[in-house]
Amino acid sequence: MSIQITIDGMEINTEEGRTLVEVAAENGVYIPTLCYLRNQSCLGTCRVCAVRVNGNISAGCTVRVGKDMVVEVNSAEVADMRKAIVEMLFAEGNHNCPSCEKSGRCQLQAVGYEVGMTVARFPYRFEKRPPEFAAGKIWLERDRCIFCQRCVNLMRDAASGKKIFSISNRGHRARIEIDVGLADAMPPEQVKQAVDLCPVGAILEKRIGYDEPIGQRKYEVHSLRERTLNTEGASS
Amino acid sequence: MSKKLVIDPITRIEGHGKVVVYLDDNHRVTDARVHVVEFRGFEKFVQGHPFWEAPMLLQRACGICFVSHHLSGAKTLDDMIGVGRRSGSGLTPAAEKMRRLGHFAQMLQSHVTAYFYLVVPEMLFGMDAPPAQRNVLGLIEADPDLVKRVVALRKWGQELIKAVFGKRMHGIHSVPGGVNKNLSAAERDRFLRGEDGLLSIDEVVEFAQDGLKLFHAFHEKHRGTVDGFGVVPALNMCLVGDDGNVDYYHGKIRVVDDAKNIVREFDCHDYLDHISEAVEEWSYMKFPFLKELGREQGSVRVGPLARMNVTKSLPTPLAQAALERFHAYTKGRANNMTLHTNWARTIEVIHAAEVIRDLLLDPDLQSDRLVLTPSPAAWTGEGVGVVEAPRGTLLHHYRANPEGNITFVNLIVSTTQNNEVINRTVRSVADAYLNGQADITEGMMNAIEVGIRAYDPCFSCATHALGQMPLQVSVFDAAGRLIDERLR
Repeated sequence: MSIQITIDGMEINTEEGRTLVEVAAENGVYIPTLCYLRNQSCLGTCRVCAVRVNGNISAGCTVRVGKDMVVEVNSAEVADMRKAIVEMLFAEGNHNCPSCEKSGRCQLQAVGYEVGMTVARFPYRFEKRPPEFAAGKIWLERDRCIFCQRCVNLMRDAASGKKIFSISNRGHRARIEIDVGLADAMPPEQVKQAVDLCPVGAILEKRIGYDEPIGQRKYEVHSLRERTLNTEGASS
Repeated sequence: MSKKLVIDPITRIEGHGKVVVYLDDNHRVTDARVHVVEFRGFEKFVQGHPFWEAPMLLQRACGICFVSHHLSGAKTLDDMIGVGRRSGSGLTPAAEKMRRLGHFAQMLQSHVTAYFYLVVPEMLFGMDAPPAQRNVLGLIEADPDLVKRVVALRKWGQELIKAVFGKRMHGIHSVPGGVNKNLSAAERDRFLRGEDGLLSIDEVVEFAQDGLKLFHAFHEKHRGTVDGFGVVPALNMCLVGDDGNVDYYHGKIRVVDDAKNIVREFDCHDYLDHISEAVEEWSYMKFPFLKELGREQGSVRVGPLARMNVTKSLPTPLAQAALERFHAYTKGRANNMTLHTNWARTIEVIHAAEVIRDLLLDPDLQSDRLVLTPSPAAWTGEGVGVVEAPRGTLLHHYRANPEGNITFVNLIVSTTQNNEVINRTVRSVADAYLNGQADITEGMMNAIEVGIRAYDPCFSCATHALGQMPLQVSVFDAAGRLIDERLR
């Protein structure tokens, strides 16, 4: 059913039940996302897409648009809240962008640029997060994991349908695990899929890195905003 | 009553250090030490990272010679995956020449920075000149045309670094087994012809000779001071190629004595058989030495002066001509005059410019054969990579477990190799300038710094200081009471 919603005062005609972040992007309003993947089931784990909907803060990727919905995206308060969430992600992990091979291709780094983050307002936790390097093809660098759970939900062994990645422990001790046997059975294209699926540098293909020269890396060619809004031929 | 003089911080060097000079009751120097008071810890915190990330992390140790760290690390990774010189396969010609191109670009810009920005002010204004004048800003006032040429030359080197590594600082280019990009014909032409406001390569070679001319002019006027300042005998060490001449990217490690006899020559992979490191409680920087000779006899000098002492010739004509004059000055013996390091540095500026010209004309740089990928069975898990950084021989040594996890890192950087010789130089200068002097003057303080600065030391591998930094010299009595102090 056709409906009308308002985003930052702009009246938009769309179809009821569509995802808010997609409707916004189609109308030129960029809402940062990290865990969200178009045409995939919503995870809603990172909260980077926080917006105000009818007066309440919600994750934009989980919101289905409805009649007369009023959305606030770029007010100073809401924008700063999203920025704070990004800062928390950086403060919680051990992110070393300068030497990370995902730099220039990292969605968290790209979102950091988009929200204008220069330094976290929160104290860095510097938690010890041991890497998992037992698998033959994949290095799991937990320092950089933002717990988006894309890998847990979307990477499965082709033969058995079992999850290759899983979650152990609970609360702040929760962490991603990798099934070494299933990981070693991954064909090369699935390894690459897993690396590309990870929005940060937590899932790395062993022995491969830095193969794209600076200036030719994904988000240096087209920014995350350009890719999200599909401007200038950029695609996500 | 005995005294202790403290110079803290030393200015116009990289990083942070201080000098302490000990005087007896008659104001005679009893000891002098260069304290390096920073702790970095790179060797430790790279452990646990994937091996292929190590050079990218470790190059962050330095804001000036990151290219050297990058390349030493890359050569180490070549070893680990089973390609490169040690395996006998070698990289592709394009990969090795691209690495050399970036290496000489850094050699050019680093030496130009060290010489013109940090050393020349003393040459023009004298060691006694006020600090407000004795810096690059004073240089701009005194000779703006020279400074314009220097800035253009340094910019050209920086832009070439950017073309190779993607950024002017801390770029990424070398990967295990090769490099990730070549030099396009358009990029090559930009540097050959001098597009976008850059110098042409012919102008670069011409401007690169300014430093040597300046040194000779200064030397003619102040021969006694230059030749007699900080004369410190030491062994000389650098990489040499198969012809026995310096090779800045790869070779065996050769050590020669005062008569230029070969004292030791060894493969870098055997460095632990030949080099040991002493520690002192008053400095975070170790003191490497040839273990068979002991610390007193076996400490080495590295860097421009050592390289020009070791090499018999250079493969480019202008640099070779300059080298012949350099060698003739000491009648074939090793040159131990500390301030002649600047002479050697200016020869290397010319050499770097000439080598870059030759490389830019080499069509291999446009090749797409950039990386060798050996089979997993070739994995060795251990590597050693050595290059001649602007400041001297730089060594990286890594080990990783079969899963690729870094378990051990050892770095011996150029300034560390020079540690003992720098300390001897400070002692020599202190003897000459402070002995028997009751009062500390600005000139005395600066003389010690000049001796250190000749090595262009990189105490933290941080950035060059620009302009006036605070300098404190304090005089303590034997009981530790402050009895005199000067600030600037």
